[in-house]
Amino acid sequence: MLKTHGLGFIYLSLFIALILTVMPLPQMVKLFRPDWVLLVLMYWTMALPARVNVGTAFVLGFLIDVLVGTVLGVNALAFSVVIFIVAVNHLKIRNFAIIQQALLVGLLMALYHLLLFWLSHFLTGVSFLPEYLWPVPIAMLVWPWLFWLLRRYRRQFKVQ
Amino acid sequence: MIVSNRGLPPLSRLVLAALCSAGLMFLDRYTDSSTQLRSYLTTAVSPLFYVASLPESLFSGASEQFMSRQTLLAENVRLKEVLLRQSGQLQRLGFLQQENDKLRALLGSSPVVEGQRLVAEVLAVYSHPFSHQVVLNKGSNDGVTEYQAVIDDQGIVGQIVSVGPTSSRALLISDNTHAIAVRAERTSVRAVAEGLGQWDLLRVMHLPHSTDIREGDRLLTSGLDGRFPEGYPVARVVRISRDDSQPFMTVYAEPYAQLDRIRHVLLLWADSRVATPDEGEQH
Repeated sequence: MLKTHGLGFIYLSLFIALILTVMPLPQMVKLFRPDWVLLVLMYWTMALPARVNVGTAFVLGFLIDVLVGTVLGVNALAFSVVIFIVAVNHLKIRNFAIIQQALLVGLLMALYHLLLFWLSHFLTGVSFLPEYLWPVPIAMLVWPWLFWLLRRYRRQFKVQ
Repeated sequence: MIVSNRGLPPLSRLVLAALCSAGLMFLDRYTDSSTQLRSYLTTAVSPLFYVASLPESLFSGASEQFMSRQTLLAENVRLKEVLLRQSGQLQRLGFLQQENDKLRALLGSSPVVEGQRLVAEVLAVYSHPFSHQVVLNKGSNDGVTEYQAVIDDQGIVGQIVSVGPTSSRALLISDNTHAIAVRAERTSVRAVAEGLGQWDLLRVMHLPHSTDIREGDRLLTSGLDGRFPEGYPVARVVRISRDDSQPFMTVYAEPYAQLDRIRHVLLLWADSRVATPDEGEQH
């Protein structure tokens, strides 16, 4: 079970997701940018929970905190909580139809954004605007395509 | 990352992660060491910003390559005209500066020191609504220090909050945690303008109902916060609502700087600050 293969490919996909997260975009488009790293993490946790888990989520969340400039640890905690839910239920989620999966991803994204807002509100007193939740429906739309792409990627490079 | 593969059940990993995060949040928010820590981390991840801005810079570079000769010539003519107009104004400024220095000498107050400046390019703008920050391509190697004021061609942009050797991070005036001391140009009313986490709006705090302020008033830096040099434009008052049930007026202002599309900024050194002891005593 523990014969690792193609671990580098997992990190490569996460690295690309990180780049997409910080890539400069016009302000209007930015508001709708989905949280690529969390989506990719969700896929890998679902597919290979023994490789990608809460620990990886914590480290990636911390990196996002550093890159995006939120209070250190905020994204790390929100990522860990969401990935924990995915990791515990990965067998169930795997058997869902793709539409059900997308809905669940939307729910988890909403949870992530609300956690992030709540923590930031507690720490720096930010105020809530409904447009902060735009990435949630966008993530639901992106999920089927991302799922398909990453599954092909995983099979192509035989990542285990 | 993958070390604890079989060791811990997910729940204890989550608890561990939560504890670590809580520690980090506390460290970042409530201790002074976070600025230093942030600087190191910014340095460590700065290659990623360079990589991420590569497609955009390639694209804009290519579009400049393929710009027609005609467009370039037209742009050149336009820029020359702007330069001529501005150098005309600068000649006048030199004269006024001299006059101002003499008058200040007569009054016995300390002169305004024209500080050093540095042009920096924006490497990355943070997308997150909870943190309005930009990464600049100049760092401690270029002499950048913390708390320096950052301006663009329209007005105040923000201040430097952490510095790495080759890059630095500036907090914008629109950030939720930022506030700046301002003075209305028309009436010299002093106030504090705080960011709201929105790109085009600041809130002017704690103005009593009797304050003389109108829509369209220009707000300049007052220099009283000790961070920003005096007299730079910050924002224009756009909305005032006087609700008598509230203790203060609600005044909103729109920043002059185009915070959502800044490309090049100017860093000011702190010695361009004005010391006005006579004003400080009066109030």
